[in-house]
Amino acid sequence: MTKNPSSILVIDDELQMRRMLRISLEGAGYRVWEAGTGEEGLVEAASRRPEAILLDLSLPDMDGVTVLKRLREWSSIPILILSVRDAEQEKVAALDAGANDYVTKPFHTEELLARLRVAQRHNLPQGDLRPFEHEGLTIDFVEREVEFRGKRIDLTPTEYSLLRLLAAHAGKVLTRTHILREIWGPKSSDQSQYLRVYISQLRAKLVAAGVAEDLIKTETGIGYRLLIG
Amino acid sequence: MDDVRPNPDALLASIQTEEAKLKRGRLKIFFGMAPGVGKTYAMLKEARKEEAQGVDVVVGLVETHGRAETAQMLGGLPAAPRRKVDYRGTTLEEMDLDGIIFLRPQLVVVYELAHTNAPGSRHPKRYQDVLELLDLGINVFSTLNVQHVESRAEAVRQIAGVQVHETVPDSILEQADDIELIDVSPARLRERLAEGKVYLGARAAVASDNFFKEENLVALREIALRLTAERVDQQLRSLRKNRPAGSSGRLMVAVGPSPYSLELVRRTRRLAYAQDASWLAVAIEPEVPFPADAQRQFDKNLALARELGAEVIFTRDQDLARALLRVARENHVTQIVMGRPHGFRWNEWLNGGSLLTKLLKEGDPIDLHIIPPPVTKARWTKPRSGTLDWTGYIQASIGVLIVTGANVGFSALTGYWSLALFYLLAILLMSMRLGRGPLLLAAALSALLWDFLFIPPLYTFYIAKFEDGFMLCLFFVVALVTGQLTSRLRIEERNERQRERRASSLYRLTRSIGAATTLDEVIAQASMQIKETFDADCGFYVANSAFGLPASPHPSGELKLDEKEHGVAVWAYRNRRVAGRFTDTLASSEYFHVPLLTATKAYGVMVIKPPPERSLSLDERDLLESFAQQIALVLEKDALQSEAESARILSKSDELHRALFNSVSHELQTPLAVLQSGLDELKRVSHSQNDRVTDAMDDAMERLKRLVKNLLDSARLETGRLELRREWGDVRGLIDQAIELVGNSLQSAELQVQLPTSLPLLNVDFALMAQALANILHNAIVHGTPPIKISLIAEVSSEFLVIQVRDNGPGIPADLMQNIFDRFVRAPGAKPGGSGLGLSISKGFIQAHNGTLEAHNLPDLGCLFTLRLPLEKAPASITLQS
Repeated sequence: MTKNPSSILVIDDELQMRRMLRISLEGAGYRVWEAGTGEEGLVEAASRRPEAILLDLSLPDMDGVTVLKRLREWSSIPILILSVRDAEQEKVAALDAGANDYVTKPFHTEELLARLRVAQRHNLPQGDLRPFEHEGLTIDFVEREVEFRGKRIDLTPTEYSLLRLLAAHAGKVLTRTHILREIWGPKSSDQSQYLRVYISQLRAKLVAAGVAEDLIKTETGIGYRLLIG
Repeated sequence: MDDVRPNPDALLASIQTEEAKLKRGRLKIFFGMAPGVGKTYAMLKEARKEEAQGVDVVVGLVETHGRAETAQMLGGLPAAPRRKVDYRGTTLEEMDLDGIIFLRPQLVVVYELAHTNAPGSRHPKRYQDVLELLDLGINVFSTLNVQHVESRAEAVRQIAGVQVHETVPDSILEQADDIELIDVSPARLRERLAEGKVYLGARAAVASDNFFKEENLVALREIALRLTAERVDQQLRSLRKNRPAGSSGRLMVAVGPSPYSLELVRRTRRLAYAQDASWLAVAIEPEVPFPADAQRQFDKNLALARELGAEVIFTRDQDLARALLRVARENHVTQIVMGRPHGFRWNEWLNGGSLLTKLLKEGDPIDLHIIPPPVTKARWTKPRSGTLDWTGYIQASIGVLIVTGANVGFSALTGYWSLALFYLLAILLMSMRLGRGPLLLAAALSALLWDFLFIPPLYTFYIAKFEDGFMLCLFFVVALVTGQLTSRLRIEERNERQRERRASSLYRLTRSIGAATTLDEVIAQASMQIKETFDADCGFYVANSAFGLPASPHPSGELKLDEKEHGVAVWAYRNRRVAGRFTDTLASSEYFHVPLLTATKAYGVMVIKPPPERSLSLDERDLLESFAQQIALVLEKDALQSEAESARILSKSDELHRALFNSVSHELQTPLAVLQSGLDELKRVSHSQNDRVTDAMDDAMERLKRLVKNLLDSARLETGRLELRREWGDVRGLIDQAIELVGNSLQSAELQVQLPTSLPLLNVDFALMAQALANILHNAIVHGTPPIKISLIAEVSSEFLVIQVRDNGPGIPADLMQNIFDRFVRAPGAKPGGSGLGLSISKGFIQAHNGTLEAHNLPDLGCLFTLRLPLEKAPASITLQS
């Protein structure tokens, strides 16, 4: 975790929510700016140049996804979506439009901070070929080998690609469309039925080898996430 | 017609025939030359064979006529009950068509395809019953004798001297998928007759001397064999698909009101069939309506042509030859079949030669077949056009007499030659009103009277001077020609008027119903136009897209219809064909039923009641069907509009609903989020993970969160606007997801999951289904007795996925068993924290997937929730090869 205080912009129309977030985030060592509308948020983001943005999807003046798209036109800073349950389509749209992750209200502060950390870490340059390691599970990206506590797990090429993709974005949610595009190519987004089955198979193999059952978490209606920490 | 490429329409037709055959039932006909050859026996034998192979066979109707062998074959086959019809004091037994349709067997056995049903049956002929069964996909076995085949009936009559009344159209034979000829030698058949195996007692002897004479049988056998051979030939030819269809040309026969036309139609069909050519019958509509019996014969001739598979074309022209040639050219006809004209008609000569001469002169390159009238009969008398109307002749005579009287007066003033001009004037005037016959009389009468009374020598028919004689001849010819020409002009004018009336009434209808804005108005306007045009009352059944035809006609129509007429209307609607009076179906009805059809759909039925003594001409029926079509188009437009409108409203209200729901959801969850963050902050600041205050708040927070979630889910179910986002996925994934949703509270329980190694894929909304399962698991945790043990077993049982969740709690109290899945129902003594919504939500979500959820108490301890979800066959692309 970085010791330098990073700055965060909170775009939310609820005053109480902004206040609460300010308290939580400042408590965790962040510097916080607030914006109550989408327009204000865009101005703040441009002038303050924060290192991460928390964006509520329901704003009084404009659609949250629009704000997101306008931000993404010039910035690649991590953006976290704040949204309620039952708005899965909205969340998927936001994620596909370039949001890094989302948190569903009501959420625990710890969860929010963990997501923020993951989002900021993944914003670092990619191309990392160091092996992935987590609680005894190692993935060697060069040798394309998966081991758990020194025991090899046999995976099919597709299962391996899936695990590699999730591990490369460990902690971050990946939408189904994103995974499908990465693994099966750009025209496969209407074949999401494959994914569910492959995830099941992969999970079954990992669990059989002794890996924790909740390593790959299903984000209902959105996608999957490899849980770490 | 010069190129020999296959006609795409014909190719398409042949493909459609193939497709239709796939859905249609198969018809097999056991065909024989005479009664007693063993058709029924062979048919029953075959049916038994089918039954032995597990085919669901029902005997529709088979009469054994006391034949022992047949009766033996019949025994043991399931027979449908017969329908009893009271007819003039006797009870007739008929095949119960509706009963059989209700039974829906795979194969129906019914004998005597040519049988005529008792009056009041749905169809006049049994073969029509059979066609309906075939349409419903039911296979049929039936029997038929050669003398009952329409196109051979005349030949049989000539051979055996028997007039055959019960016939089936040849098209039935063509529709049969299989024809089995049951053949025995004539000698053997006569032996069987003598042994009493065909008819019993005295009847056998009579038959033996008449129909069953050896030479008759030989001839009948030949016809039967040839017919079967022809049919095989035809099948062979239709198998050779690449052969250009109809390349052997197209035949045309002119149909008139003479019984002789029947024979012409039959002959044409035979010619066409033998040449594998298509054929059409052209009906020249008369200038003046036929008298009733001629009209009947005319309709009968056309009906036969249709039955035998001809396309019937109506035309109207003063000049028969011109009409025939026009239709022939328009339809690429290569051969015209016509009867040999008899006698000489002076008006033919007047019109530029006989029909035959004209056709020969102008009909190049069309071949002509001239068929002589049958020799066995006396010459057909040509039915007179127009009933012999004496009033016309009387008027003509009176007219001539009046002019004669006037001429007597004038004769003193002028010479007798100019008197002829008065006669001419009179004839000219009369021709405005009178027909050809009266005019002929007037011309003759005036010529005679002029000669007798005015040409010297007076009061004799003797003419002294040559020029007087010449003048008389000239007068007669001029009178005749003038009269004829004027009357012809008049007829043309009347036809023109009639055509115009037709066009304008159709136009009026289109305009008035097009302008109508409501259905009531459309119906009222249409009723009014029909009343005006046909002088007939009418009613409308307007079909409802959900329930089909309503039980009573639309209130804006004029007719009140009873249940029986409703039955006829339903038939017309379902079969998309006209029915009732003037048709072959349910002809005993007083009303004429016309379905309101567009290209895609039937929108209802129009019911017409013409005055009882009046029959509808083909022309009028045609116009009525055009009316029906126009009305159907308006109804279709209306239906499409209202569909679009309701879809728009639905999507609008869906949108609103979603917005409202999302806003409520947001409003409820935002304060929760604030509370949650505050609570977390409180815990962080107090540096204590086990503070009693924050723990209590934590519990309360969890409860509140679950309550809000359940209330929102419940609201989604309640409004009936649950959208299922179905996806294919596996059962393990579903269970994992449910366990994730239950979350921390599972830590207090021991969950045992049992899954078979291979389970089929599911096509469900995983988010909803996982929530449903999670609620059941949560219920098990809440009601379990510590140490809580829960088992979850999934298995496949006959097209269903069954998931069973079992807990170790005290079970469901008996008085709650009934409404355990109702909302806000909670077991007494349950741990606090539940809202009584979870199970009702589970049940709602599962029912949305057409599944079921049941709860049972276990005999020893705990209760068992059984979830059943119908399985679907996974599309091929999803089945994964491991």
